[in-house]
Amino acid sequence: MAAITLDNLGKVYAQGSRAVGDVNLDIADGEFIVLVGPSGCGKSTLLRMIAGLESITDGQVRIGGRVVNDVEPADRDIAMVFQNYALYPHMSVRQNLAYGLKNRRTPRAEIDRRVAEAAEILQIGPFLDRKPRALSGGQRQRVAMGRAIVREPAAFLFDEPLSNLDAKLRGTMRLEIKALQTRLGTTSVYVTHDQLEAMTLADRLVVLNGGRVEQIGTPLDVYRRPASTFVAGFIGSPAMNLVPAAALPFADAPAGAVVGIRPEDLRLDARGPVAMTLRAVEELGATRLVHGHTGGQPITAVLPVDAPLGDRLQLAVAEGAVHLFDATSGKRIN
Amino acid sequence: MIENRPVLTLLAHLVLILGVAIVAMPLWVAFVASTHTATDFMSGRVPMWPGPHFVENYAHMFGQGVSTSGTPPIGPMMLNSLIMALAIALGKIAISITSAFAIVYFRFPFRRLAFWAIFVTLMLPVEVRIVPTFKVVADLGMLNSYAGLSIPLIASATATFLFRQVFLTIPDELTEAARIDGAGPLRFFRDILLPLSRTNMAALFVILFIYGWNQYLWPLLITTDPKYYTIVAGIKRMADAVDGLPQWHLVMATAVLAMLPPVLVVVGMQRLFVKGLVETEK
Amino acid sequence: MKRTIFNSQLLPWLLLAPQLAVTAIFFLWPAAQAIWQSFLRQDAFGISTTFVGLANYAALTDSAEYMNSLRVTAVFAVAVTALSMGLALLLALAVDRMRSSARAYTTALVWPYAVAPAVAGILWWFIFNPTVGVLPYVLRGIGYDWNHISSKSDAMTLVVIASAWKQISYNFLFFVAGLQSIPASLREAAAIDGAGPVKRFWTITLPLLSPTTFFLLVVNIVYAMFETFAVIDATTEGGPAQATNILVYKVYFDGFIGQNLGSSAAQSVVLMAIVIVLTVIQFRWVERRVAYS
Repeated sequence: MAAITLDNLGKVYAQGSRAVGDVNLDIADGEFIVLVGPSGCGKSTLLRMIAGLESITDGQVRIGGRVVNDVEPADRDIAMVFQNYALYPHMSVRQNLAYGLKNRRTPRAEIDRRVAEAAEILQIGPFLDRKPRALSGGQRQRVAMGRAIVREPAAFLFDEPLSNLDAKLRGTMRLEIKALQTRLGTTSVYVTHDQLEAMTLADRLVVLNGGRVEQIGTPLDVYRRPASTFVAGFIGSPAMNLVPAAALPFADAPAGAVVGIRPEDLRLDARGPVAMTLRAVEELGATRLVHGHTGGQPITAVLPVDAPLGDRLQLAVAEGAVHLFDATSGKRIN
Repeated sequence: MIENRPVLTLLAHLVLILGVAIVAMPLWVAFVASTHTATDFMSGRVPMWPGPHFVENYAHMFGQGVSTSGTPPIGPMMLNSLIMALAIALGKIAISITSAFAIVYFRFPFRRLAFWAIFVTLMLPVEVRIVPTFKVVADLGMLNSYAGLSIPLIASATATFLFRQVFLTIPDELTEAARIDGAGPLRFFRDILLPLSRTNMAALFVILFIYGWNQYLWPLLITTDPKYYTIVAGIKRMADAVDGLPQWHLVMATAVLAMLPPVLVVVGMQRLFVKGLVETEK
Repeated sequence: MKRTIFNSQLLPWLLLAPQLAVTAIFFLWPAAQAIWQSFLRQDAFGISTTFVGLANYAALTDSAEYMNSLRVTAVFAVAVTALSMGLALLLALAVDRMRSSARAYTTALVWPYAVAPAVAGILWWFIFNPTVGVLPYVLRGIGYDWNHISSKSDAMTLVVIASAWKQISYNFLFFVAGLQSIPASLREAAAIDGAGPVKRFWTITLPLLSPTTFFLLVVNIVYAMFETFAVIDATTEGGPAQATNILVYKVYFDGFIGQNLGSSAAQSVVLMAIVIVLTVIQFRWVERRVAYS
């Protein structure tokens, strides 16, 4: 177990393009950190820099207090779970799990004990002598995690481990990863582009955009007080309505600001200040998504299924649910 | 097949049967000839069916060979061919797979130059530079040796490119996982790359074994000591003497024996053979 | 391009060393020697050597024998390529109609690939032998007196048949693969559009097969020009009267038997140039194929 510290971490590629800049982050021992952002935001590069698979051009990475900038991946005491699992196709599950331990000259008996333990935790015992290609996607995912936990490393690094699974399995595996991490208490850094995964797994979220940190905070903090229009638009589904202040005059916003209102913070109210022209309705079963315009700007609301709809709706905003952002910098101003 | 046209299908069968017959005809003629005696050819009519001298002729070739043309018995010649074919096939695979590993998994100065140096060998078939190559081998004292028979032929751009292609399809994540698992370059090569290239190596081996076994000009030039004669090159020496004393039955027995090992390899490992053929041309 | 690379400067050179050593000693050095030799001329006794510039090349263009060899090579290469590719395509089309018997036919057709060119030459030499061969016997029956030892055209026919026979299996396999890669839906669509089997072949199959055909064209020309050395040497030895003396055989003959090193070297250089052109064509084609797929 170990804390991980990133100090002014940055990466510039040889051709001069910047992948990651000025990242500062203190990850406590046992904490589950999720790096989230759209593709190309630098989250995977950041993770790979922690792993040692990507060179560091600025700043420092410390794992357990030791600067590891020039330490080989194998000597950083980390384990990684890859998006495509990266299981060795010619080795049985057992050999896959044992390979890293064998390379470290772990005694035979100790290897057997740890493999058995991991197989027990992940319920992959019956597959130990199969080759990866004989396993389903979910089973491969477990083996990939097994390979990480047998190492008993200081930290787990996850690189979009669930994105090759179908939606249903993704939900199940998400719960299992969370339960596993809670049980083992191992420091974890997890990369995903899926904001739902990020919200449900993280102790703290790091939202990245264009190689820079937009916001660091607990999922609820980030959800309730997004630090920028980017975070506001990225975290939460359906995405927050972001509308120029001029279209929502009631909001009491400075001229030129952007007003943000989450769709779930809107409700039908005949005396509400938001006049919406209805354009389309999407039924979700438990609720419905109502899309339309206000003041020429697109806007979406989450409404109960029994709410009466017409061509024109009046909507009210929940107490304290108005977010204000600076239009040019995108930063939060309230 | 799009629609059912019995006439066309019948025609196709006819074409194929005819094709198979044409392709097989030389083998049949050779086999038939190898089961007769020399005098059977003197009548001016070649026998169409096997004669009774199969055992006798083949035993003769294995026992004493055609002494009149100075070729040794078949057994040692076949052994030489086997040694040469194996040395060429395994040698090519060994030096190509390490070269491909270096080119794909390392960045070093003059990497491109090394790549091109290997590529150029494609453009220099042995027949084209035969005189100076012979001189180099002679100067190195490699005439009449197994090393001389095999080493000058083991550089292979084709095999290097094949392995390069195979390595390029192996996901980066696998290499990264191995690095995190504590595998250095050589351990990664041994534990991951070699096992993953196994079928490619086998397919390549089939093609290269045939290539090595069938070498003709090279062994003909650099072996003057019958101890190192290969069967494919030896057959020509035998046929040359035949002009004086026609021993076609023995020459054809040798031809059948010279064909047998590579043909068995192709027929027995057809799947690997086709894979090797198609892959080496990519 | 690999993302993950190992950091070592020495190891890659060690890994490359055997291949580079063999390449340098047995390929590059002799090739350089050939180029250098092509500018030299030795006297009849091999005692003195003089630098003669391009004189050896000039002598080639003036040599009726060399011009004849060029012509013979062209005729030979075209005939071998056309014959083996034509037969192979016919057989491949026939096999493409088969289901359960395709594998058996394929096995029966591919084995000649494994036969050494020298052995193929010897087999056909025997079959066509004027006194003891099967085919001259048959030909005499229809009034043709076959003799490849005296007749130039008979000799050429012999080496073409022997060389083409061995190459059929190779072309066949690639044509079968090419045919299989044409989606059945295309031919089905054409059938629904009312195109019969013959029309389908000319309008759908053949055009879609053209990458394979072009590739085989290059491979077969290379085969006919260089790898048939053994066929020639095991049969006609270039004769009669130079009728089958293809370029690659002439290089060997002039260099080893004739001991005319300067001329042989110049011929080597010309051949290298031809291989380089053919290789470049082949690789450009491979690039295109990769881009298409």
